[in-house]
Amino acid sequence: MDGIHDLGGKQGYGPVRYTLDATAFHSPWEVRVNAMYAHVVRSGIFNMDEYRHAIERMDPRHYLTASYYERSLTSLATLLVEKGVIQREELERRANGAFPLSSASAPGRGNSLHRERFQPGDRVRVKLDFVPGHIRLPGYVRGKIGTVVGESPAYPFPDAHAHGVPAEDEPTYDVRFHAEDLWPNGCDPALVHVGVFQSYLERAD
Amino acid sequence: MNDKDRVVFRTATVEDRVDAIQAALDARGLKASEAIEELGHKAQEEWLPRNGAKIVARAWVDPDFRKRLLANGREAAIEMGFAMPKHHRHLVVLENTSKVQNVICCTLCSCTAFTLIGLPPDWYKDLQYRSRVVRESRTVLKEMGLELASDVEVRVWDTTADTRYMVLPERPARTQGWTEEQLAGIVTRDSLIGVARL
Repeated sequence: MDGIHDLGGKQGYGPVRYTLDATAFHSPWEVRVNAMYAHVVRSGIFNMDEYRHAIERMDPRHYLTASYYERSLTSLATLLVEKGVIQREELERRANGAFPLSSASAPGRGNSLHRERFQPGDRVRVKLDFVPGHIRLPGYVRGKIGTVVGESPAYPFPDAHAHGVPAEDEPTYDVRFHAEDLWPNGCDPALVHVGVFQSYLERAD
Repeated sequence: MNDKDRVVFRTATVEDRVDAIQAALDARGLKASEAIEELGHKAQEEWLPRNGAKIVARAWVDPDFRKRLLANGREAAIEMGFAMPKHHRHLVVLENTSKVQNVICCTLCSCTAFTLIGLPPDWYKDLQYRSRVVRESRTVLKEMGLELASDVEVRVWDTTADTRYMVLPERPARTQGWTEEQLAGIVTRDSLIGVARL
């Protein structure tokens, strides 16, 4: 989905709030959220792709104002309710107030029928895929041409894995793009590398 | 109960929502409180940048290890006793030189090799870094205190799949003759992310 989470290249967010001694956690509740979501994933109640997608399905206004661990909490609660582990009423009764959850999921999809094996040096184009469900592809490379620089072991295909759709695991390719090809006349020169699932790629030459 | 049937009342505080989830999981025998003890400890006491720092220091003093690290980061990390989670099946180690600056990010969420470089710092997860570092890398690095000469090539790595990345910073010239332990002591988390040089 072309959601609020797909931030790469978006403008207007202002300076990075950088400090040398920046911490990962600011409150004990953040440590608890991080531990609980990891525990529930480990227990097999939901997987990492479902977890990421439930964050992406948050109301955009909530997403933008929530801290990282509040987004994590919202995904955890949404999936526990959707899986029938906990009822929303119980959560709201226990929390003594409304418990905002993410919007419902749209259908996922299986692997592409046309998957190719690539080698380092191959020129590839990112397919123009527009899907309503989960996709682990930043919009800024869609339709763009780059060069393969690496291949990973096979992973579950996120577009399927986030939706309970059966699919084959597939490798991802580290693809090198020139920033100037992604944002012509609107970027700092750099090589930008993106991990791209095999189903999202086609040969460019 | 449909959304339209719900009585509208104030949103619970985030702490109350966390308490509610924990209590509800515990009530079902799903042992949230025990997991918080265990995983909270790991996140704060074990998964720290000092792990990555030790790997870097070893690579600086042992050329054969450096080769193994660059060829298969995950195996090299395991060799040093640092296991990675099952879903991190691949670790790519990115070597900085005087002419190359690698920097890592995650524009879609905030993925990192957290067992090696620690849970990511707040700015890494903020909207600003995620939106800007891929497009305005040099400008963002300068704002963060790293001004690069014009002949240094910037290579950004967006963690959009389950491959994980770690930067191997360039060893500072002033450290000739230092022990591995001394070297590990100067490797910072931010240098493992690639927003700082040593």
